[in-house]
Amino acid sequence: MKAFTYERARSPADAAAAAAHIQGAKFIAGGTNLVDLMKLEIETPAHLIDVNGLALDKIEPTADGELRIGALVRNTDLAADQRVRRDYPLLSRALLAGASGQLRNKATTAGNLLQRTRCPYFYDTNQPCNKRQPGSGCSAIGGFSRQHAIVGMSNACIATHPSDMAVAMRALEARVETVGADGRTRVIPIAELHRLPGDTPHIETTLANGELITAVTLPKPIGGTHIYRKVRDRASYAFALISVAAVIQRDGNGRVALGGVAHKPWRVEAAEAALPRGAKAVADRLLADAQPTHDNAYKRKLVERTLDSVLAEGKA
Amino acid sequence: MEQDGGCEREGLKVTRREFLITGATSVAVIALPSTASAQDPGAARPAFSKVSFQVNGQTRALELDTRTTLLDALRETLHLTGTKKGCDHGQCGACTVIAGGRRINSCLTLAVMHEGDSITTIEGLGQPGNLHPMQAAFVKHDGFQCGYCTPGQVCSAVAVLDEIKAGIPSHVSADLTKAPQATEAELRERMSGNICRCGAYSNIIEAINEVGGSRA
Repeated sequence: MKAFTYERARSPADAAAAAAHIQGAKFIAGGTNLVDLMKLEIETPAHLIDVNGLALDKIEPTADGELRIGALVRNTDLAADQRVRRDYPLLSRALLAGASGQLRNKATTAGNLLQRTRCPYFYDTNQPCNKRQPGSGCSAIGGFSRQHAIVGMSNACIATHPSDMAVAMRALEARVETVGADGRTRVIPIAELHRLPGDTPHIETTLANGELITAVTLPKPIGGTHIYRKVRDRASYAFALISVAAVIQRDGNGRVALGGVAHKPWRVEAAEAALPRGAKAVADRLLADAQPTHDNAYKRKLVERTLDSVLAEGKA
Repeated sequence: MEQDGGCEREGLKVTRREFLITGATSVAVIALPSTASAQDPGAARPAFSKVSFQVNGQTRALELDTRTTLLDALRETLHLTGTKKGCDHGQCGACTVIAGGRRINSCLTLAVMHEGDSITTIEGLGQPGNLHPMQAAFVKHDGFQCGYCTPGQVCSAVAVLDEIKAGIPSHVSADLTKAPQATEAELRERMSGNICRCGAYSNIIEAINEVGGSRA
Protein backbone atom coordinates (compact mmCIF):
# COMPACT_ATOMS: atom_id res chain seq x y z
CA MET A 1 0.00 0.00 0.00
CA LYS A 2 1.28 3.49 -0.84
CA ALA A 3 1.71 5.89 2.06
CA PHE A 4 -0.97 8.53 2.56
CA THR A 5 -1.86 11.26 4.99
CA TYR A 6 -5.14 11.10 6.85
CA GLU A 7 -7.72 13.53 8.21
CA ARG A 8 -11.16 13.31 9.77
CA ALA A 9 -13.63 15.61 8.01
CA ARG A 10 -15.56 18.15 10.08
CA SER A 11 -18.41 18.95 7.69
CA PRO A 12 -19.57 17.75 4.27
CA ALA A 13 -18.65 21.10 2.67
CA ASP A 14 -15.19 21.07 4.26
CA ALA A 15 -14.68 17.50 3.08
CA ALA A 16 -15.66 18.39 -0.49
CA ALA A 17 -13.40 21.46 -0.52
CA ALA A 18 -10.47 19.48 0.87
CA ALA A 19 -10.99 16.68 -1.66
CA ALA A 20 -10.94 19.15 -4.54
CA HIS A 21 -7.88 21.08 -3.35
CA ILE A 22 -5.57 18.39 -2.01
CA GLN A 23 -3.71 16.52 -4.73
CA GLY A 24 -4.59 12.83 -4.83
CA ALA A 25 -7.22 13.07 -2.07
CA LYS A 26 -10.03 10.55 -1.71
CA PHE A 27 -12.96 10.12 0.64
CA ILE A 28 -13.12 7.01 2.76
CA ALA A 29 -16.32 5.77 4.40
CA GLY A 30 -16.83 2.02 4.96
CA GLY A 31 -13.56 1.32 3.20
CA THR A 32 -14.51 -2.23 2.25
CA ASN A 33 -13.71 -1.65 -1.43
CA LEU A 34 -11.19 1.20 -1.23
CA VAL A 35 -8.85 -0.39 1.35
CA ASP A 36 -8.75 -3.57 -0.72
CA LEU A 37 -7.89 -1.62 -3.88
CA MET A 38 -5.23 0.33 -1.96
CA LYS A 39 -3.57 -2.89 -0.85
CA LEU A 40 -3.34 -3.92 -4.49
CA GLU A 41 -2.13 -0.39 -5.39
CA ILE A 42 -4.93 -0.06 -7.89
CA GLU A 43 -6.01 2.94 -5.85
CA THR A 44 -3.11 5.06 -4.61
CA PRO A 45 -4.56 8.09 -2.78
CA ALA A 46 -1.99 10.48 -1.33
CA HIS A 47 -4.50 11.71 1.24
CA LEU A 48 -7.60 10.16 2.80
CA ILE A 49 -10.52 12.19 4.08
CA ASP A 50 -12.43 10.07 6.59
CA VAL A 51 -16.10 11.10 6.36
CA ASN A 52 -17.40 8.62 8.93
CA GLY A 53 -17.75 11.29 11.61
CA LEU A 54 -20.16 13.38 9.53
CA ALA A 55 -23.76 13.15 10.72
CA LEU A 56 -25.03 11.59 7.51
CA ASP A 57 -26.25 8.34 9.04
CA LYS A 58 -29.99 8.98 9.45
CA ILE A 59 -32.97 7.67 7.50
CA GLU A 60 -35.68 10.33 7.62
CA PRO A 61 -39.07 10.82 5.98
CA THR A 62 -39.42 14.12 4.13
CA ALA A 63 -42.45 16.41 4.28
CA ASP A 64 -43.43 15.13 0.81
CA GLY A 65 -43.70 11.52 1.93
CA GLU A 66 -40.32 10.56 0.49
CA LEU A 67 -37.56 8.78 2.37
CA ARG A 68 -34.15 10.40 2.69
CA ILE A 69 -31.25 8.06 3.35
CA GLY A 70 -28.02 9.57 4.68
CA ALA A 71 -24.90 8.75 2.66
CA LEU A 72 -23.34 7.00 5.66
CA VAL A 73 -26.27 4.72 6.51
CA ARG A 74 -24.76 1.24 6.59
CA ASN A 75 -26.14 -1.39 4.23
CA THR A 76 -27.27 -3.49 7.23
CA ASP A 77 -29.25 -0.60 8.71
CA LEU A 78 -30.83 0.36 5.41
CA ALA A 79 -31.92 -3.22 4.70
CA ALA A 80 -33.32 -3.58 8.24
CA ASP A 81 -35.18 -0.26 8.38
CA GLN A 82 -38.89 -0.94 8.95
CA ARG A 83 -40.00 1.75 6.48
CA VAL A 84 -37.73 0.33 3.77
CA ARG A 85 -38.93 -3.21 4.47
CA ARG A 86 -42.56 -2.10 4.28
CA ASP A 87 -42.52 0.49 1.46
CA TYR A 88 -39.42 -0.36 -0.59
CA PRO A 89 -38.83 -4.09 -0.02
CA LEU A 90 -37.03 -4.21 -3.38
CA LEU A 91 -34.23 -2.21 -1.79
CA SER A 92 -34.02 -4.41 1.31
CA ARG A 93 -33.92 -7.52 -0.85
CA ALA A 94 -31.19 -6.14 -3.10
CA LEU A 95 -29.03 -5.13 -0.14
CA LEU A 96 -29.46 -8.49 1.57
CA ALA A 97 -28.48 -10.28 -1.63
CA GLY A 98 -25.15 -8.46 -1.65
CA ALA A 99 -21.83 -9.20 0.09
CA SER A 100 -21.65 -10.75 3.57
CA GLY A 101 -22.95 -9.73 6.99
CA GLN A 102 -19.53 -8.35 7.93
CA LEU A 103 -19.29 -6.23 4.79
CA ARG A 104 -22.86 -4.93 5.02
CA ASN A 105 -22.10 -3.75 8.55
CA LYS A 106 -19.38 -1.44 7.21
CA ALA A 107 -20.48 -0.62 3.66
CA THR A 108 -22.33 2.68 3.28
CA THR A 109 -25.08 3.86 0.96
CA ALA A 110 -22.85 6.27 -0.96
CA GLY A 111 -19.89 3.90 -0.96
CA ASN A 112 -22.03 1.14 -2.41
CA LEU A 113 -22.97 3.41 -5.31
CA LEU A 114 -19.33 4.34 -5.90
CA GLN A 115 -17.77 0.89 -5.59
CA ARG A 116 -15.60 -0.18 -8.49
CA THR A 117 -16.02 -3.05 -10.88
CA ARG A 118 -14.91 -6.58 -9.93
CA CYS A 119 -13.63 -7.27 -13.45
CA PRO A 120 -10.72 -9.66 -12.80
CA TYR A 121 -8.51 -7.78 -15.26
CA PHE A 122 -9.09 -4.53 -13.37
CA TYR A 123 -7.76 -6.33 -10.31
CA ASP A 124 -4.82 -8.00 -12.08
CA THR A 125 -2.10 -5.36 -12.21
CA ASN A 126 -0.08 -7.50 -14.62
CA GLN A 127 -2.73 -7.09 -17.31
CA PRO A 128 -3.66 -4.07 -19.40
CA CYS A 129 -6.88 -2.35 -18.29
CA ASN A 130 -8.23 0.95 -19.60
CA LYS A 131 -10.10 1.56 -16.37
CA ARG A 132 -7.00 1.12 -14.23
CA GLN A 133 -4.47 2.59 -16.66
CA PRO A 134 -6.17 4.66 -19.36
CA GLY A 135 -4.94 3.79 -22.83
CA SER A 136 -3.36 0.48 -21.87
CA GLY A 137 -6.05 -1.66 -23.50
CA CYS A 138 -8.82 -4.01 -22.38
CA SER A 139 -7.85 -7.54 -21.47
CA ALA A 140 -11.44 -8.67 -21.03
CA ILE A 141 -12.19 -8.12 -24.72
CA GLY A 142 -10.89 -11.37 -26.18
CA GLY A 143 -10.15 -12.67 -22.69
CA PHE A 144 -12.32 -14.54 -20.23
CA SER A 145 -15.52 -12.51 -20.30
CA ARG A 146 -18.12 -14.77 -18.74
CA GLN A 147 -18.99 -12.18 -16.08
CA HIS A 148 -18.86 -9.12 -18.30
CA ALA A 149 -21.28 -6.66 -19.84
CA ILE A 150 -23.53 -7.46 -22.78
CA VAL A 151 -25.03 -4.00 -23.30
CA GLY A 152 -23.74 -0.43 -23.21
CA MET A 153 -20.09 -1.40 -23.37
CA SER A 154 -17.42 0.07 -25.63
CA ASN A 155 -14.26 -1.01 -27.41
CA ALA A 156 -12.39 0.28 -24.36
CA CYS A 157 -14.20 -1.58 -21.57
CA ILE A 158 -16.76 -4.33 -21.01
CA ALA A 159 -16.79 -4.23 -17.19
CA THR A 160 -20.00 -4.36 -15.18
CA HIS A 161 -21.10 -2.34 -12.18
CA PRO A 162 -21.14 -4.74 -9.22
CA SER A 163 -23.82 -3.18 -6.99
CA ASP A 164 -27.14 -4.84 -6.19
CA MET A 165 -28.38 -1.84 -4.21
CA ALA A 166 -27.94 0.53 -7.15
CA VAL A 167 -30.08 -1.69 -9.39
CA ALA A 168 -32.98 -1.49 -6.92
CA MET A 169 -32.48 2.26 -6.55
CA ARG A 170 -32.59 2.64 -10.34
CA ALA A 171 -35.96 0.89 -10.45
CA LEU A 172 -37.18 3.03 -7.54
CA GLU A 173 -35.96 6.22 -9.30
CA ALA A 174 -33.86 7.39 -6.39
CA ARG A 175 -32.18 10.80 -6.40
CA VAL A 176 -28.62 11.37 -5.27
CA GLU A 177 -27.87 14.53 -3.27
CA THR A 178 -24.38 16.00 -3.26
CA VAL A 179 -22.32 18.92 -2.04
CA GLY A 180 -19.59 20.31 -4.24
CA ALA A 181 -16.20 21.84 -3.54
CA ASP A 182 -17.79 25.30 -3.71
CA GLY A 183 -20.33 24.31 -1.03
CA ARG A 184 -23.24 24.16 -3.48
CA THR A 185 -25.65 21.26 -3.33
CA ARG A 186 -27.30 19.52 -6.25
CA VAL A 187 -29.57 16.56 -6.97
CA ILE A 188 -28.70 13.90 -9.56
CA PRO A 189 -31.26 11.33 -10.74
CA ILE A 190 -29.65 7.94 -10.19
CA ALA A 191 -30.02 7.23 -13.92
CA GLU A 192 -27.50 10.01 -14.51
CA LEU A 193 -25.00 9.18 -11.75
CA HIS A 194 -23.16 6.32 -13.46
CA ARG A 195 -21.65 6.68 -16.93
CA LEU A 196 -21.26 4.17 -19.70
CA PRO A 197 -17.58 3.44 -20.38
CA GLY A 198 -17.18 5.02 -23.83
CA ASP A 199 -13.55 6.04 -24.41
CA THR A 200 -13.02 6.95 -20.74
CA PRO A 201 -13.92 3.92 -18.63
CA HIS A 202 -11.81 5.29 -15.75
CA ILE A 203 -14.40 8.07 -15.32
CA GLU A 204 -17.29 6.17 -13.81
CA THR A 205 -19.69 8.83 -12.53
CA THR A 206 -20.87 12.34 -13.33
CA LEU A 207 -19.62 13.64 -9.97
CA ALA A 208 -17.26 16.61 -10.16
CA ASN A 209 -13.83 16.66 -8.55
CA GLY A 210 -14.37 16.75 -4.77
CA GLU A 211 -18.16 16.37 -4.99
CA LEU A 212 -19.47 14.39 -2.01
CA ILE A 213 -22.68 12.35 -1.91
CA THR A 214 -24.65 13.37 1.19
CA ALA A 215 -27.92 11.46 0.77
CA VAL A 216 -30.09 9.33 -1.48
CA THR A 217 -33.81 10.09 -1.56
CA LEU A 218 -36.45 7.55 -2.50
CA PRO A 219 -39.62 9.00 -4.07
CA LYS A 220 -43.00 8.18 -2.49
CA PRO A 221 -43.77 4.47 -2.32
CA ILE A 222 -45.33 3.11 -5.53
CA GLY A 223 -46.83 -0.08 -4.11
CA GLY A 224 -46.83 -3.24 -6.22
CA THR A 225 -44.98 -6.49 -5.70
CA HIS A 226 -41.25 -5.97 -5.21
CA ILE A 227 -38.89 -8.71 -6.36
CA TYR A 228 -35.09 -8.74 -6.52
CA ARG A 229 -33.85 -11.93 -8.15
CA LYS A 230 -30.09 -12.44 -8.23
CA VAL A 231 -28.53 -15.28 -10.20
CA ARG A 232 -25.00 -16.16 -9.16
CA ASP A 233 -22.48 -18.99 -9.09
CA ARG A 234 -23.17 -19.85 -5.45
CA ALA A 235 -26.19 -19.29 -3.24
CA SER A 236 -24.63 -16.59 -1.06
CA TYR A 237 -21.76 -14.11 -0.99
CA ALA A 238 -21.12 -13.82 -4.73
CA PHE A 239 -21.57 -11.10 -7.30
CA ALA A 240 -24.45 -11.34 -9.74
CA LEU A 241 -24.11 -13.00 -13.10
CA ILE A 242 -27.35 -11.17 -13.79
CA SER A 243 -29.99 -9.74 -11.50
CA VAL A 244 -33.54 -8.51 -12.05
CA ALA A 245 -35.09 -5.78 -9.91
CA ALA A 246 -38.82 -5.53 -10.56
CA VAL A 247 -41.87 -3.75 -9.21
CA ILE A 248 -44.96 -5.39 -10.67
CA GLN A 249 -48.37 -3.73 -10.34
CA ARG A 250 -51.68 -5.55 -10.23
CA ASP A 251 -52.57 -4.52 -13.79
CA GLY A 252 -49.39 -6.16 -15.10
CA ASN A 253 -47.50 -2.92 -15.59
CA GLY A 254 -44.36 -2.14 -13.66
CA ARG A 255 -40.67 -1.36 -13.69
CA VAL A 256 -37.64 -3.52 -14.41
CA ALA A 257 -33.92 -2.86 -13.98
CA LEU A 258 -31.07 -5.30 -14.58
CA GLY A 259 -27.77 -5.82 -12.79
CA GLY A 260 -24.69 -7.65 -14.04
CA VAL A 261 -25.25 -6.78 -17.69
CA ALA A 262 -23.77 -3.28 -18.06
CA HIS A 263 -21.40 -0.63 -16.73
CA LYS A 264 -24.36 0.79 -14.78
CA PRO A 265 -27.74 -0.44 -13.55
CA TRP A 266 -29.60 -1.16 -16.79
CA ARG A 267 -33.10 0.15 -17.25
CA VAL A 268 -34.91 1.00 -20.50
CA GLU A 269 -38.20 2.64 -19.57
CA ALA A 270 -39.67 1.99 -23.04
CA ALA A 271 -39.20 -1.76 -22.51
CA GLU A 272 -41.61 -1.68 -19.57
CA ALA A 273 -44.56 -1.02 -21.91
CA ALA A 274 -44.05 -4.62 -23.05
CA LEU A 275 -44.50 -6.06 -19.54
CA PRO A 276 -48.09 -7.26 -20.11
CA ARG A 277 -46.81 -9.20 -23.15
CA GLY A 278 -44.35 -11.21 -21.09
CA ALA A 279 -40.66 -11.71 -20.41
CA LYS A 280 -39.42 -12.25 -23.94
CA ALA A 281 -40.94 -9.03 -25.22
CA VAL A 282 -39.40 -7.06 -22.34
CA ALA A 283 -35.99 -8.75 -22.55
CA ASP A 284 -35.84 -8.24 -26.33
CA ARG A 285 -36.35 -4.54 -25.83
CA LEU A 286 -34.05 -4.22 -22.80
CA LEU A 287 -31.24 -6.00 -24.61
CA ALA A 288 -32.01 -4.85 -28.16
CA ASP A 289 -28.49 -3.48 -28.58
CA ALA A 290 -26.74 -6.35 -26.79
CA GLN A 291 -23.37 -7.43 -28.17
CA PRO A 292 -22.42 -10.36 -25.99
CA THR A 293 -19.11 -12.15 -26.30
CA HIS A 294 -18.86 -15.89 -26.84
CA ASP A 295 -18.36 -16.32 -23.08
CA ASN A 296 -21.31 -14.27 -21.88
CA ALA A 297 -23.93 -14.85 -24.56
CA TYR A 298 -25.74 -16.99 -21.99
CA LYS A 299 -26.68 -13.82 -20.10
CA ARG A 300 -29.26 -12.89 -22.72
CA LYS A 301 -31.24 -16.07 -22.20
CA LEU A 302 -30.65 -15.93 -18.46
CA VAL A 303 -32.20 -12.44 -18.30
CA GLU A 304 -35.27 -13.61 -20.21
CA ARG A 305 -35.76 -16.73 -18.08
CA THR A 306 -35.17 -14.91 -14.80
CA LEU A 307 -37.57 -12.18 -15.84
CA ASP A 308 -40.13 -14.82 -16.77
CA SER A 309 -39.86 -16.30 -13.30
CA VAL A 310 -40.07 -12.86 -11.68
CA LEU A 311 -43.19 -11.94 -13.68
CA ALA A 312 -44.85 -15.22 -12.73
CA GLU A 313 -44.11 -14.51 -9.07
CA GLY A 314 -45.35 -10.95 -9.48
CA LYS A 315 -48.72 -12.18 -10.75
CA ALA A 316 -49.12 -14.85 -8.07
CA MET B 1 -7.34 -19.24 22.36
CA GLU B 2 -4.42 -16.83 22.27
CA GLN B 3 -1.76 -19.50 22.07
CA ASP B 4 -1.11 -21.18 18.80
CA GLY B 5 -0.80 -24.93 18.78
CA GLY B 6 2.68 -26.32 18.25
CA CYS B 7 3.75 -29.52 16.59
CA GLU B 8 6.90 -31.55 17.04
CA ARG B 9 8.26 -33.72 14.27
CA GLU B 10 11.67 -35.33 13.78
CA GLY B 11 13.18 -33.36 16.64
CA LEU B 12 12.26 -30.02 15.07
CA LYS B 13 9.74 -28.03 17.05
CA VAL B 14 7.94 -25.47 14.97
CA THR B 15 4.90 -23.66 16.29
CA ARG B 16 2.01 -23.30 13.92
CA ARG B 17 2.50 -19.55 14.06
CA GLU B 18 6.14 -19.75 12.96
CA PHE B 19 5.25 -22.24 10.27
CA LEU B 20 2.55 -19.96 8.88
CA ILE B 21 4.78 -16.89 8.97
CA THR B 22 7.48 -18.75 7.06
CA GLY B 23 4.94 -19.99 4.54
CA ALA B 24 3.40 -16.56 4.07
CA THR B 25 6.80 -14.92 3.58
CA SER B 26 7.81 -17.24 0.79
CA VAL B 27 4.49 -16.69 -0.96
CA ALA B 28 4.71 -12.90 -0.60
CA VAL B 29 8.05 -12.79 -2.39
CA ILE B 30 6.61 -14.55 -5.41
CA ALA B 31 3.47 -12.42 -5.39
CA LEU B 32 5.17 -9.01 -5.59
CA PRO B 33 3.31 -7.01 -8.27
CA SER B 34 5.71 -6.55 -11.17
CA THR B 35 3.95 -3.57 -12.72
CA ALA B 36 3.52 -1.61 -9.50
CA SER B 37 6.15 0.91 -10.51
CA ALA B 38 4.26 1.77 -13.69
CA GLN B 39 1.42 3.13 -11.56
CA ASP B 40 3.57 4.76 -8.93
CA PRO B 41 2.47 8.39 -8.58
CA GLY B 42 5.60 9.14 -6.55
CA ALA B 43 6.66 7.42 -3.39
CA ALA B 44 5.27 9.33 -0.44
CA ARG B 45 6.84 9.08 3.00
CA PRO B 46 5.00 7.03 5.59
CA ALA B 47 2.59 9.14 7.61
CA PHE B 48 1.70 8.43 11.22
CA SER B 49 -1.49 9.17 13.08
CA LYS B 50 -2.66 8.76 16.66
CA VAL B 51 -5.68 6.66 17.50
CA SER B 52 -7.21 5.43 20.73
CA PHE B 53 -9.74 2.64 21.07
CA GLN B 54 -10.82 -0.03 23.52
CA VAL B 55 -9.82 -3.61 22.84
CA ASN B 56 -11.51 -6.21 25.04
CA GLY B 57 -12.31 -3.54 27.59
CA GLN B 58 -8.82 -2.05 27.74
CA THR B 59 -8.01 1.40 26.35
CA ARG B 60 -5.16 1.30 23.84
CA ALA B 61 -3.57 4.53 22.61
CA LEU B 62 -1.44 3.97 19.53
CA GLU B 63 0.53 5.92 16.99
CA LEU B 64 0.40 4.04 13.72
CA ASP B 65 1.45 4.25 10.11
CA THR B 66 -1.86 5.31 8.53
CA ARG B 67 -1.71 2.22 6.30
CA THR B 68 -2.08 -0.14 9.25
CA THR B 69 -5.28 -2.15 9.05
CA LEU B 70 -7.19 -2.87 12.23
CA LEU B 71 -6.17 -6.50 11.74
CA ASP B 72 -2.46 -5.66 11.66
CA ALA B 73 -2.80 -3.31 14.64
CA LEU B 74 -4.40 -6.12 16.65
CA ARG B 75 -1.90 -8.77 15.63
CA GLU B 76 1.38 -6.94 15.08
CA THR B 77 1.11 -3.98 17.47
CA LEU B 78 -1.05 -5.36 20.27
CA HIS B 79 0.06 -8.98 19.79
CA LEU B 80 -3.50 -10.27 19.92
CA THR B 81 -2.81 -13.05 17.46
CA GLY B 82 -6.11 -14.85 18.00
CA THR B 83 -7.57 -12.85 15.12
CA LYS B 84 -6.27 -14.44 11.93
CA LYS B 85 -5.12 -13.08 8.59
CA GLY B 86 -6.50 -15.33 5.89
CA CYS B 87 -7.01 -13.75 2.48
CA ASP B 88 -6.47 -10.15 3.68
CA HIS B 89 -9.09 -9.06 1.10
CA GLY B 90 -12.41 -9.50 2.91
CA GLN B 91 -13.24 -12.75 1.19
CA CYS B 92 -12.66 -15.36 3.89
CA GLY B 93 -13.81 -13.87 7.22
CA ALA B 94 -10.88 -15.22 9.28
CA CYS B 95 -10.19 -11.68 10.51
CA THR B 96 -13.73 -11.10 11.81
CA VAL B 97 -13.88 -9.05 15.03
CA ILE B 98 -16.74 -7.25 16.73
CA ALA B 99 -16.48 -3.44 16.61
CA GLY B 100 -19.17 -1.34 18.26
CA GLY B 101 -21.24 -4.51 18.69
CA ARG B 102 -21.03 -5.43 15.01
CA ARG B 103 -18.95 -8.01 13.23
CA ILE B 104 -16.60 -6.60 10.61
CA ASN B 105 -13.66 -7.74 8.50
CA SER B 106 -10.72 -6.21 10.37
CA CYS B 107 -8.53 -6.56 7.27
CA LEU B 108 -10.64 -4.08 5.28
CA THR B 109 -10.61 -1.21 7.74
CA LEU B 110 -7.81 1.12 8.78
CA ALA B 111 -6.94 1.21 12.46
CA VAL B 112 -6.90 5.03 12.49
CA MET B 113 -10.58 5.02 11.50
CA HIS B 114 -11.54 3.42 14.83
CA GLU B 115 -11.03 6.36 17.18
CA GLY B 116 -13.17 5.78 20.30
CA ASP B 117 -14.43 2.40 19.11
CA SER B 118 -14.94 -0.60 21.34
CA ILE B 119 -13.49 -3.74 19.78
CA THR B 120 -13.94 -7.33 20.90
CA THR B 121 -11.61 -10.01 19.58
CA ILE B 122 -11.68 -13.74 20.21
CA GLU B 123 -9.45 -13.17 23.27
CA GLY B 124 -12.14 -10.89 24.69
CA LEU B 125 -14.93 -13.41 24.19
CA GLY B 126 -13.32 -16.11 26.29
CA GLN B 127 -10.09 -17.64 27.51
CA PRO B 128 -8.96 -21.21 28.17
CA GLY B 129 -10.75 -22.27 31.35
CA ASN B 130 -13.41 -19.62 30.86
CA LEU B 131 -14.74 -20.20 27.37
CA HIS B 132 -17.55 -18.22 25.81
CA PRO B 133 -20.56 -20.53 25.29
CA MET B 134 -19.96 -20.31 21.53
CA GLN B 135 -16.34 -21.42 21.92
CA ALA B 136 -17.43 -24.31 24.15
CA ALA B 137 -20.05 -25.33 21.58
CA PHE B 138 -17.48 -25.29 18.76
CA VAL B 139 -15.28 -27.62 20.85
CA LYS B 140 -18.19 -29.90 21.70
CA HIS B 141 -19.41 -30.19 18.10
CA ASP B 142 -15.97 -30.35 16.42
CA GLY B 143 -16.70 -27.10 14.61
CA PHE B 144 -13.20 -27.02 13.11
CA GLN B 145 -10.30 -29.08 11.88
CA CYS B 146 -7.20 -26.93 11.40
CA GLY B 147 -8.71 -24.12 13.48
CA TYR B 148 -7.40 -21.21 11.41
CA CYS B 149 -10.84 -19.83 10.52
CA THR B 150 -12.25 -20.60 13.97
CA PRO B 151 -11.71 -17.27 15.78
CA GLY B 152 -13.45 -15.49 12.90
CA GLN B 153 -16.21 -18.11 12.81
CA VAL B 154 -16.82 -17.74 16.55
CA CYS B 155 -16.87 -13.93 16.50
CA SER B 156 -19.18 -14.01 13.50
CA ALA B 157 -21.49 -16.59 15.10
CA VAL B 158 -21.83 -14.58 18.31
CA ALA B 159 -22.73 -11.48 16.28
CA VAL B 160 -25.12 -13.44 14.03
CA LEU B 161 -27.26 -14.44 17.00
CA ASP B 162 -27.31 -10.80 18.14
CA GLU B 163 -28.36 -9.70 14.65
CA ILE B 164 -31.26 -12.16 14.63
CA LYS B 165 -32.31 -10.98 18.12
CA ALA B 166 -32.17 -7.39 16.86
CA GLY B 167 -34.58 -8.35 14.05
CA ILE B 168 -32.18 -7.78 11.17
CA PRO B 169 -33.47 -9.75 8.16
CA SER B 170 -31.37 -11.83 5.74
CA HIS B 171 -31.49 -12.93 2.13
CA VAL B 172 -33.39 -16.09 3.11
CA SER B 173 -35.94 -14.43 5.42
CA ALA B 174 -39.24 -15.29 3.75
CA ASP B 175 -41.22 -12.35 5.11
CA LEU B 176 -39.49 -9.01 5.57
CA THR B 177 -42.28 -7.71 7.79
CA LYS B 178 -41.72 -10.43 10.40
CA ALA B 179 -38.91 -10.92 12.90
CA PRO B 180 -36.36 -13.48 11.63
CA GLN B 181 -35.86 -16.79 13.45
CA ALA B 182 -32.56 -18.59 14.05
CA THR B 183 -33.34 -21.45 11.69
CA GLU B 184 -30.59 -23.51 10.11
CA ALA B 185 -31.19 -21.84 6.74
CA GLU B 186 -30.85 -18.42 8.37
CA LEU B 187 -27.64 -19.39 10.16
CA ARG B 188 -26.09 -20.80 6.99
CA GLU B 189 -26.89 -17.70 4.96
CA ARG B 190 -25.67 -15.34 7.66
CA MET B 191 -22.40 -17.25 8.11
CA SER B 192 -21.57 -17.17 4.37
CA GLY B 193 -18.86 -14.55 4.91
CA ASN B 194 -16.78 -17.06 6.88
CA ILE B 195 -15.07 -19.64 4.74
CA CYS B 196 -13.80 -22.91 6.25
CA ARG B 197 -11.41 -24.67 3.90
CA CYS B 198 -11.56 -27.84 6.02
CA GLY B 199 -15.31 -27.89 5.42
CA ALA B 200 -16.49 -28.06 9.04
CA TYR B 201 -19.66 -26.20 8.10
CA SER B 202 -22.22 -28.73 9.31
CA ASN B 203 -20.56 -28.92 12.73
CA ILE B 204 -20.26 -25.15 12.91
CA ILE B 205 -24.01 -24.88 12.33
CA GLU B 206 -24.59 -27.54 15.02
CA ALA B 207 -22.53 -25.45 17.46
CA ILE B 208 -24.37 -22.20 16.70
CA ASN B 209 -27.68 -24.05 16.90
CA GLU B 210 -26.88 -25.27 20.36
CA VAL B 211 -26.12 -21.77 21.60
CA GLY B 212 -28.94 -19.88 20.01
CA GLY B 213 -30.73 -21.79 17.27
CA SER B 214 -34.51 -21.85 17.06
CA ARG B 215 -34.44 -25.59 17.80
CA ALA B 216 -32.05 -25.16 20.77
